[in-house]
Amino acid sequence: MKKNNFLANFYMFMVFFFLFAPIVVMILFSFNAGKSTSVFEGFSLTWYAEMISNEAILEAVRNTLLLAVTSSVISTVLGTVAAYGINKMRSPGVRATLMTITQIPMINPEIITGFSFTLLFVFTGTILHFSETFSFWTMLIAHVTFSLPYVMLQIMPKLKQMDKSLPEAAMDLGCNPVQSFFKVELPEIMPGIVTGLIMAFTLSLDDFVISYFTKGSGFTTLPILIYGEVRKSVKPDIYALATVIFVTVLVFLVLFNMLSTDEDAKAKRQQQREKARARRKHAKEAHK
Amino acid sequence: MNKTAKGPLSRLLAAPHILWSVLFILIPLAFVAFYAFTDNDLHFTLTHISEFFTPKYLGVFLRSVKLAAIATVICLVIGYPAAYFISRTSPNAQKVLVVLIMLPMWTNFIIRTYALSEVLEVINNAIVYLLSLLPESLVPIALDPKPDIVIYNETAVVVGMVYDFLPYMILPIYSVMSKLDYRLVEAAQDLGCNGFGVLRKVVLPLSIPGVLSGITMVFVPSISTFYISNQLGGIFLIGDIIDYYYYNNNHHFAAALSFVLMLILLAGLILMNRFGDDEKEGKR
Repeated sequence: MKKNNFLANFYMFMVFFFLFAPIVVMILFSFNAGKSTSVFEGFSLTWYAEMISNEAILEAVRNTLLLAVTSSVISTVLGTVAAYGINKMRSPGVRATLMTITQIPMINPEIITGFSFTLLFVFTGTILHFSETFSFWTMLIAHVTFSLPYVMLQIMPKLKQMDKSLPEAAMDLGCNPVQSFFKVELPEIMPGIVTGLIMAFTLSLDDFVISYFTKGSGFTTLPILIYGEVRKSVKPDIYALATVIFVTVLVFLVLFNMLSTDEDAKAKRQQQREKARARRKHAKEAHK
Repeated sequence: MNKTAKGPLSRLLAAPHILWSVLFILIPLAFVAFYAFTDNDLHFTLTHISEFFTPKYLGVFLRSVKLAAIATVICLVIGYPAAYFISRTSPNAQKVLVVLIMLPMWTNFIIRTYALSEVLEVINNAIVYLLSLLPESLVPIALDPKPDIVIYNETAVVVGMVYDFLPYMILPIYSVMSKLDYRLVEAAQDLGCNGFGVLRKVVLPLSIPGVLSGITMVFVPSISTFYISNQLGGIFLIGDIIDYYYYNNNHHFAAALSFVLMLILLAGLILMNRFGDDEKEGKR
């Protein structure tokens, strides 16, 4: 058994070593004093300073955040409303067809989804005589479209799990359908909505392929900027940028996990309290 | 009564989404099909589709299938035990390990792939150096000029695919295994199964859904990648060709390539789902 454990640990170590070796190289060379990404010439923070003063990078950061916030909010609102409507449909066939169509961008290779947007926008742009078809708006449409299935797949199960009698009870007690939705149903499916929103946000932040096919000349996001830089020659400032993003994600994940373990611990304490109460009650009754 | 009065109205809530899906999912795909079968004057033609089946492009396509398939198999071989080990640790350890698996996914894949190319370069140099220490008769390849053993070839592309998409294999398999009822394993042991028997007769069949979704999630992005192949291997795969013709404004040929690729993947997906369903039927 012990030998087995050792083998398993060693195996996991090798897997993580493989997954993290390039990231370690990236972080290490972001502190390089020299201009190279393969020869380490000493520790320095030059590239971080360079990055902060690079207007192109800062603008790309702003654009990326703007796009991620708007596309995740729109896809969450649209997806919640749609999931609610689809869930109310009586024919299982129609429901299944709608969900399948929504999931096409999830299954199709990203390059085809992206290229199909190119064709749509080029065609529409030509017909309507736009001088500049590709812009923030084309990217926004694309990002909302590929985030939608992820949002809806988070909300659908919550709607199905929800007790059907809850909204009925609310309406019997005098709520109109709108009130019942906001006061009863929405809080019930809230966890799904939040997870969907977070997923849509991170998907948008990190998307390169579909953005590449829908980008306009005036609106550059981080992945697009990085792609352009990598095609020329990489300077450590891109590594510095990626390191900052990596650390940010890490901090968020740790915080998020600590919060959720806190909740778990709270739930556990609550359970224990209830158990203790029940035990006391039981003891009292036995005493009588 | 309430339900019937409320039904039609709340169903209308799906309308904006249906409109959105038609406009931005179905119509764009219709455009891919339309462009694939037309020339620059939008007249019907089969030239682009038939060009896909010439040796030049068919060769690229088969090479993409080969490399993506190898990468998928390697991901499965590495990822399956990893998912199993993770699912057997304590709940807190599982949480940490899953975060560690997901962490690289949140680092931009272009930077990761670029950094990987630097790592492979170093490994390549190390291998060449070690080989140069051996007596010349034992070294099967010429060391001058410096050979590319693990970089700028197909091996490097496969390593890149495995590196970028391994988490997509581990996570779905892990999520199936973490829900696996451990009492089934104990029951199998009580009934006289040894470790291997438990794995083959209980764990493996129950984890098939995770394996199937892992295979799709690795194979589809691998076969259609258009950066990894170029950066690590200096070779062209089907995705690079689509990108090339997109970039050079030959949208009709790029559409034809996309259209055929999409059809082939769709056929594969349907076949695999059949297989998955059969597995389930057999188990019942």
